[in-house]
Amino acid sequence: MSRVAPVVVIDKLWSAFRVRGVQTIIHQNLDLTVERGEMLSIVGGSGSGKTVLLRQMLGLESPLRGAVQVLGHPAGGLASQGVASQVGMLFQHGALFSAFTVLENIALPLLELRTLPKSLIRDIAMVKLQMVGLSPAHAHKMPADLSGGMIKRVALARALVMDPPLLLLDEPTAGLDPDAAEDFCTLLSALREELRLSVVMVTHDLDTLYALSTRIAVVADKHVVVCAPPAEVVNCPHPFIETFFQGGRGLRAMEVLRASAPPA
Amino acid sequence: MEEIQPRIQIEPGSQGECVTLYGSWNAAILAMPANWRPIAAALDRKAKEAMDISWDLRQVERLDHTGAQMLWNAWGRCWPKHVLLLDVQRTTLSRVAALTVPTPVPDRPRRGEWLAHLGRWWLASAVQIKEFTALIGQLLLDVLQMLRRPDRAPWHDISVHIFRIGAMALPITALVGFLIGVVLAYLMSQQLRQLGASIYVVNILGGGLIRELGPVLTAILIAGRSGSAITAQIGAMQVTEELDAMRVMGISPSARLVLPRAIALSLVMPMLAVWTIAAALAGGMLVCDAALGLSPGYFFHALPKAVHLGSLSLALAKSVVFGWGVALIGCHFGLRVRSDTQSLGAGTTASVVMCITMVLCVDAIFAIAFRGVGL
Repeated sequence: MSRVAPVVVIDKLWSAFRVRGVQTIIHQNLDLTVERGEMLSIVGGSGSGKTVLLRQMLGLESPLRGAVQVLGHPAGGLASQGVASQVGMLFQHGALFSAFTVLENIALPLLELRTLPKSLIRDIAMVKLQMVGLSPAHAHKMPADLSGGMIKRVALARALVMDPPLLLLDEPTAGLDPDAAEDFCTLLSALREELRLSVVMVTHDLDTLYALSTRIAVVADKHVVVCAPPAEVVNCPHPFIETFFQGGRGLRAMEVLRASAPPA
Repeated sequence: MEEIQPRIQIEPGSQGECVTLYGSWNAAILAMPANWRPIAAALDRKAKEAMDISWDLRQVERLDHTGAQMLWNAWGRCWPKHVLLLDVQRTTLSRVAALTVPTPVPDRPRRGEWLAHLGRWWLASAVQIKEFTALIGQLLLDVLQMLRRPDRAPWHDISVHIFRIGAMALPITALVGFLIGVVLAYLMSQQLRQLGASIYVVNILGGGLIRELGPVLTAILIAGRSGSAITAQIGAMQVTEELDAMRVMGISPSARLVLPRAIALSLVMPMLAVWTIAAALAGGMLVCDAALGLSPGYFFHALPKAVHLGSLSLALAKSVVFGWGVALIGCHFGLRVRSDTQSLGAGTTASVVMCITMVLCVDAIFAIAFRGVGL
């Protein structure tokens, strides 16, 4: 197999945020590489800077030191590089435009290209709407009329509308009912197969984590402690990993997963 | 390097024409104008006979839903007889085929809908009036409660709002007042000098500024500055569910949000009015000295004679009412904000417009009701 360039390369990243003039370092010499076609999950405790890491990849935050490369371009000027259309982002709370209908929200990235005819864009947006499990009847509703889970689905449809090679997801299954979360996992693995998507997601949902991830990156102590396939990560000796995966919830999730898996 | 540019090649084959697609068929690539035009034109040409010719998609580098939708539409939304596909392409195309539905038509307004609109508008206005009245009533109850138990009143909040609404507005009100004083005195001096009545400039300045212009100007400035801020603050709390959290804890939003603001504004507004009037008179005095040769000494001597105490009391009383009004309207629109960002913007705009309208209406009522006082 030929060597394919990684989609995201984070090299010795330092990032910090400022609260009332006081600087707090959250990443220190952090390295992370996302290969093409893989599904990387980022886990870490609250406040360990998982979302900031996604924002760094989107170029919404600038690094203190170090470099972030996305699809071969520095993340800082995604829009000016013309690769913004190749990165889909699902924000934690959806971030739908409240002035637009559901259909307009989903169609917006395609409309911005200004080439495709409106009827084609409408068809594509309708397909995406149903792909995330919403009925066509919701097309002309306003975001304010939707429930939290529906907003999440519309936001996912919007992130997927261009079938971007790189998809960033911030807590994709939080706020979804178990059924919807399962649909989401099925949809995402199918899309990855068909379109060779690379996915980076931040999640606390152990089910989703085991079901989708090809690799898990654990962020703790301001850097990536380990980045490996789930089976290896689970046995890594680190206090955070032990409590996260070997704690009550972690073991239960694994038990259920083993029980439901077909016998080898 | 893999082939990127999408292209269509038509060759005669054993079973009629064979259309072979090459390149990347995904949204970002297809949407480039240079790629889009030839592809769309070629598909259009083949649309009529799409059913009878054979299609070969196996050379396509990356077929996404945009590309698939485009083909599906070109095929007239059904499978052609002969089509060669990779498995992943079949999945994508099948999904598009299964999920392509006509877009539901948004509800069009029916005939006579305007009447319903008008009715709804009236009902909404009635609800607003009811809510505003309830707000005033609740505020009165809260004031009574505060008088009964002064130790439990939100004194800290009141002092914070006095600082934010009052102290922080001192520079801007002084500047505006001073400039108005200068302009007014200058205009007057031009006219009065021609009549040889220069000394009456003090009467006009004193009467006009203290009785009318000072309080109204201050109230309009504060309506724009603090009325909007109150709506935005309370509206943002509504959006983030902070108000619901307060209600759940048994804290009354009206006692904790409306009351401190109303009290702070009613205390601060007369003080700011006096401050603005003083700045305006200072500006007027400077111009009198420079343009008319009326010394500040004369100005101070003549001013008390020109302005009755009644005018000053009226100005202060008016300011207190303006203060209550701005606070109540600001809070009312803030509490009406619903959980979307549009309604926050609309509420803030409505609040400022209503505040300024209220100031002018109240001013007119005072002018008519107290026409016998201090003139």
